[in-house]
Amino acid sequence: MNKTPNPGFAAEFDPARVREIALRLKDLEGPLLPILHAVSDAFGYVDDRALPIIADMLNLTRAEVHGVVSFYHDFRRQASGRRLVKICRAEACQSMGAMGLIASLEKALGVRLGETSSDREITLEAVYCLGNCALAPAAMIDGQLVGRLDAEKVMQRVRS
Amino acid sequence: MTQLIFVPDDSAALSVGADDVADAILMEIRKRGLDTKLVRTGSRGLFWLEPLVEFGAPGGRIGYGGVTPESVPALFDDPGHRASLGLVEEIPFLKSQQRLTFARCGVTDPLSLEAYQSHGGLKGLRRALQMKPAGIVEEIVQSGLRGRGGAGFPAGIKWRTVAEAQGAQKYVVCNADEGDSGTFADRMLMEGDPFLLIEGMIIAGVAVGADKGFIYLRSEYPHAFAKLSRAVEIARQEGVLGEKILGSPHRFELELRLGAGAYICGEETSLLESLEGRRGQVRPKPPLPALSGLFGKPTVINNVLTLAAAPTILAEGAAFYKDFGMGRSRGTMPVQLAGNVRRGGLIERAFGLSLREIIEDYGGGTNSGRPVRAVQVGGPLGAYWPVSLLDTPFDYETFAEKSGMIGHGGVVVFDDTVDMAEQARFALEFCALESCGKCTPCRIGSTRGAETVDRIMQGENVADNTALVRDLCEVLRDGSLCALGGLTPMPVLSALDHFPEDFAAGRRAPAHNRK
Ligand SMILES: Cc1cc2nc3c(=O)[nH]c(=O)nc-3n(C[C@H](O)[C@H](O)[C@H](O)COP(=O)(O)O)c2cc1C
Ligand code: SF4
Ligand code: FES
Repeated sequence: MNKTPNPGFAAEFDPARVREIALRLKDLEGPLLPILHAVSDAFGYVDDRALPIIADMLNLTRAEVHGVVSFYHDFRRQASGRRLVKICRAEACQSMGAMGLIASLEKALGVRLGETSSDREITLEAVYCLGNCALAPAAMIDGQLVGRLDAEKVMQRVRS
Repeated sequence: MTQLIFVPDDSAALSVGADDVADAILMEIRKRGLDTKLVRTGSRGLFWLEPLVEFGAPGGRIGYGGVTPESVPALFDDPGHRASLGLVEEIPFLKSQQRLTFARCGVTDPLSLEAYQSHGGLKGLRRALQMKPAGIVEEIVQSGLRGRGGAGFPAGIKWRTVAEAQGAQKYVVCNADEGDSGTFADRMLMEGDPFLLIEGMIIAGVAVGADKGFIYLRSEYPHAFAKLSRAVEIARQEGVLGEKILGSPHRFELELRLGAGAYICGEETSLLESLEGRRGQVRPKPPLPALSGLFGKPTVINNVLTLAAAPTILAEGAAFYKDFGMGRSRGTMPVQLAGNVRRGGLIERAFGLSLREIIEDYGGGTNSGRPVRAVQVGGPLGAYWPVSLLDTPFDYETFAEKSGMIGHGGVVVFDDTVDMAEQARFALEFCALESCGKCTPCRIGSTRGAETVDRIMQGENVADNTALVRDLCEVLRDGSLCALGGLTPMPVLSALDHFPEDFAAGRRAPAHNRK
């Protein structure tokens, strides 16, 4: 379970697949977010080339779709690194040393918060609460929630 | 008789290795050829004990805390193992609670509709289906139930407004965006007893005349999403959802939707925008969502815990529920104790418990062993409380009198290494980060505010800059369309008022820098 690679990492962009997703979901009430989530799951990010396809299918302007994609933190515009560490930076985790932990991870991983390493091996991102506040500090590593975190635990996971 | 062993399948328990422990238990059962069954439950909410394994026994379940895969064989060899906590129900943290909403959480298999019913599930809905819709609404009004999402608005009044609104199509929307730091009760419930939320939503639907519901769940909760999706499928198969609910003439359909990582989408109108497929920008009120909500239709929008309280109220009656609590805060409140605390977890008790009881009696003080210095209650927009105010009872009105709020019930403990200027700065930074962008003070003023706190921390014109931060808080409070901008002053001003020494020129360096 904990070896699941970062889902959807670097899948090749495929307009037919976007069309298929949009076609499948377009009749939902309020279909745009479900479509963007599905595209994001399929490719690991929302490619710019997907926007006109979705806009067309939903009778929206490209600007409208772009506006939505850019509003939400979840919809990344580029694939993340092979490993994805989302570390909680909210108050309960702060009280257990999250800010210091983030600083040591930036050093140990050689990547700043919000960035991807140049070899695209790892992305380090901030999140604000994972609902694991009684077992802080917490992070989501490749989709797996981890609690009572320290730098060593993170390094162990990303090197596995 | 087959022996039962229980291991939580709750994200928090999983985050410290519950799956590996469950695997080790299965292996041990096989190896020893035992007539034993492993049941995956939700969590009891005694998180410092996770993974908490429970062995069924004639007198009740025996608990083992902090179990690792390596320690599993010893539990089978020696039931009196040193990790034994004795009877789980007798653990003081749990025993003293009044679990109405969380009665089944950590006890039953969350996806067994049979277990749900044998533990009192669907009793509320069955009774509701015998009643007139107006009678259901009246029951909720009489119970005194108030919204558990933050604002504490009387749920029955909201339901009545929607029930009386004209329209062929109405909706019930569950706000499961749970964005507040320090909160996890919605998550625990959706993972540990999802049928309760489904039952609550159906009751709301029948009461107001809505046949469609949406659960808007934050994307940070993938495990809750999986559990709820399964529960919805099962409920549909078993005739709890769909046409002719439990053989009645009522129908109700339910859809799950994922948020996309925006704190502001917890605000109800922003949430509705997001559900409709737009940027999560706050709508001006009026119109009230109750009259013109999702797709412009009359909509009940309630927090997970509000909806999950409805089945108990219908099953046991309004008077039973109302009997718990103090003042105008009726019923129980699932308090979530988190942060730097020795025993963190879920505490469901009648309103009225003091912060000191929560932190000292339940929490056992800080996890670091250092003195408590500050406590943030009610999420990132909630006040920071000093130790001198810890005797304040958990009650909407008492908290408001002291310039604080209960919010969704999160209590986050900080020890004496906390730098309150940093915390004030963070509150402003968070506001800037999560602002929907409609109001200038929230969008831009918050960033200016954070920069000004930086200057105070560097000792630059401290008096002037402090006055500037206070002015800015006033602008935020008065010039914001919603509570993100409007309440960000709460953590900032409470830090300034209760911890002025952290903002003074030549301010006290945080303890961790003093060693
Ligand atoms: C910035 C902001 C974030 C909010 N986040 C949540 C949330 O995550 N969950 C929630 O139930 N209510 C949240 N609320 C409160 C909702 O706007 C609304 O009051 C609530 O959903 C109503 O349901 P209730 O009456 O059952 O509490 C938030 C409000 C604001 C201003
Ligand atoms: S206060 Fe902030 S979040 Fe709320 S409506 Fe205004 S800009 Fe949006
Ligand atoms: S604050 Fe970090 S998990 Fe909640």
